[in-house]
Amino acid sequence: MIETYIPVIIMILVGLGFGVANILLAEYIGPRRPTKEKISTYESGMEPVKSARERFSVKFYMVAMLFILFDIEVVFMYPWAVQFKALGTVGYVAMFLFMILLFAGYIYIIKKGALKWD
Amino acid sequence: MSLQVIMFMILGVGAIVTALGTITRRNPVASAMNLVAHFFMLSGLYLTLQAQFVAVVQVLVYAGAIMVLVVFVIMLLNVGKEEAHHESFTIRKVLGLVFAGAIVVQMLAIYLGSSPSAMSQLSSKSLTLGATESIGTVLFNQYLFPFEVISLLLLSALIGAVILAKRKVD
Amino acid sequence: MDSIAQTIDAVLYWLAQPNILNILVLSVAKGGLVLNIILVIAAFLVWLERKVSAWMQYRDGPNRVGPFGLLQPLADVLKLYTKEDISPKNADKFFHRLAPVISIAIAISILCVVIPATYIYVGPEKLKFYFSVAPNVNVGMLVILALTSIGVFGVTLAGWSSNNKYSLMGGLRSSAQMISYELSMGLALIGVLMIAGSLDMNNIITSQANGKWNIFFQPLGFIIFLVASFAETNRAPFDLPEAEPELVGGYHTEYSGMKFGLFYLAEYANMATSSAVLTTLFLGGYDAPFAKELLGLQDGTLLMVLVQFGTFFAKVFALLFFFIWVRWTLPRFRYDQLMNLGWKVMLPLSLANILVTGGVMLLLKQFGIL
Repeated sequence: MIETYIPVIIMILVGLGFGVANILLAEYIGPRRPTKEKISTYESGMEPVKSARERFSVKFYMVAMLFILFDIEVVFMYPWAVQFKALGTVGYVAMFLFMILLFAGYIYIIKKGALKWD
Repeated sequence: MSLQVIMFMILGVGAIVTALGTITRRNPVASAMNLVAHFFMLSGLYLTLQAQFVAVVQVLVYAGAIMVLVVFVIMLLNVGKEEAHHESFTIRKVLGLVFAGAIVVQMLAIYLGSSPSAMSQLSSKSLTLGATESIGTVLFNQYLFPFEVISLLLLSALIGAVILAKRKVD
Repeated sequence: MDSIAQTIDAVLYWLAQPNILNILVLSVAKGGLVLNIILVIAAFLVWLERKVSAWMQYRDGPNRVGPFGLLQPLADVLKLYTKEDISPKNADKFFHRLAPVISIAIAISILCVVIPATYIYVGPEKLKFYFSVAPNVNVGMLVILALTSIGVFGVTLAGWSSNNKYSLMGGLRSSAQMISYELSMGLALIGVLMIAGSLDMNNIITSQANGKWNIFFQPLGFIIFLVASFAETNRAPFDLPEAEPELVGGYHTEYSGMKFGLFYLAEYANMATSSAVLTTLFLGGYDAPFAKELLGLQDGTLLMVLVQFGTFFAKVFALLFFFIWVRWTLPRFRYDQLMNLGWKVMLPLSLANILVTGGVMLLLKQFGIL
């Protein structure tokens, strides 16, 4: 069983290895003459003001939170989808109820304006 | 030694190393990335138990969704490097040590109590049980009611998330 | 000539034996081969994009380096290698390097479950020699989704580690965009899984055999998945991270040299990967409807495999051309429009698609058609 997944693991390692090798090679080949101006961060030609790592809108946090919840819903749909033909009408109704409840939550989010970008 | 055992050892050591990395790194983003690597190791450990669906979902949900939220929160709160503060010997630490010790005792008891041959072999049913198809069959027949209840749980989580975030905005 | 064929047959026969050493050797060999193929395709795409955009804008495009400027990507790579590699002050050096590595590793590793052609029989016992890297993964489609979901970290870390306001904002925007569209992507897929009844890539392709491609049965699913692929690869009209007027260079503002090169390469590799996945899910993969009847080819023969490779790559390149065509035709979305499209249009549509697909399938079953 695990042997069918060994190629997947190796492929991930090949990808990582390619990336690491390229970065190391480029750092070895390329010149390195840092100046004060060169290594300062870009801010439209101005001197950088304060730290860049500031707090940002809570909207992004909302999107990530909602993504998790809907992602879990989708994960439940995969076993349902592959067994759909065998489960028949009962399975359809079961998933319909599941989706209705989550859709109610979705309507609530929209009405509350949690996904409103301005 | 079978391939399964070799893979278990590699992944097990990897899981311990990344778990230690998660709790010892001072930089919160480094901790989070160690946790992502840890979830990959766990996913591999599920594969050695032939639980393919759970293994992939482990990466999909934990590493790919929940950790994104964690990284977002770290960035949102702009958590800097954790200062090396010397926490005194609090009740939290005592309780933590007690529970950790209890888990170690429990695992040792299970390990010593069972025969080694039973541990090294997987049930012949495990290959089919771990497949997506059989999970679908079991989930939508035997566990249909818990499945529907999960939607309520997710719904309350959705509403809770919106209420908490909204209070901050207003 | 015959002896060469026999040697190849013998080597493939040895490799097709299912023992652990062969699996390791074969995976590394196939992985290296796939890596090289994707690099050639990505280089070709860089050239193709510049040529097609030039053609659409009535220009010449690259035409100095090599015939028709074909060697331009090679010159670009040489340039990127010899450029100074700058990491900005106060940047987190380790994560600044890690971010492009994650992006490129994900773009490449997804290809392990993609099946460009089936197998050939080798040796006296007619062992199957598979052409995809991981041919028998039971949950192949989920492996693709799981790896795709990790790709977000490349963008997020790039934005965070650079210590630049534009980078942080760009990184956040594109990671929020990517996770939003990942949702529609996962949901658009459900219809295909219901028809195929499996997550295995082999079964998804065989369920579409002989021209019963999913694009005809799941047109809405195809469109949603296609749009989500555009968003997922951060290509126009969803290239918000590169919205120069407002975000300078987005998450790769502070990237230079080969580190930038890896992000650039990852974009094109992702394009190729998305096209390959779209082909597998909706365009029947390697299925060429005429191959068996008209040409009388059998499964497991070399000629059949060549036809499958040809069909697969023809479909992939048709999609790739579409990707480029769209980029040079449509203007960029505004960020609120983009998020609204993802959450308020594509999400409900893909949910409706699942319910309609299920309803139709149940009806067909009632009438005994399915």
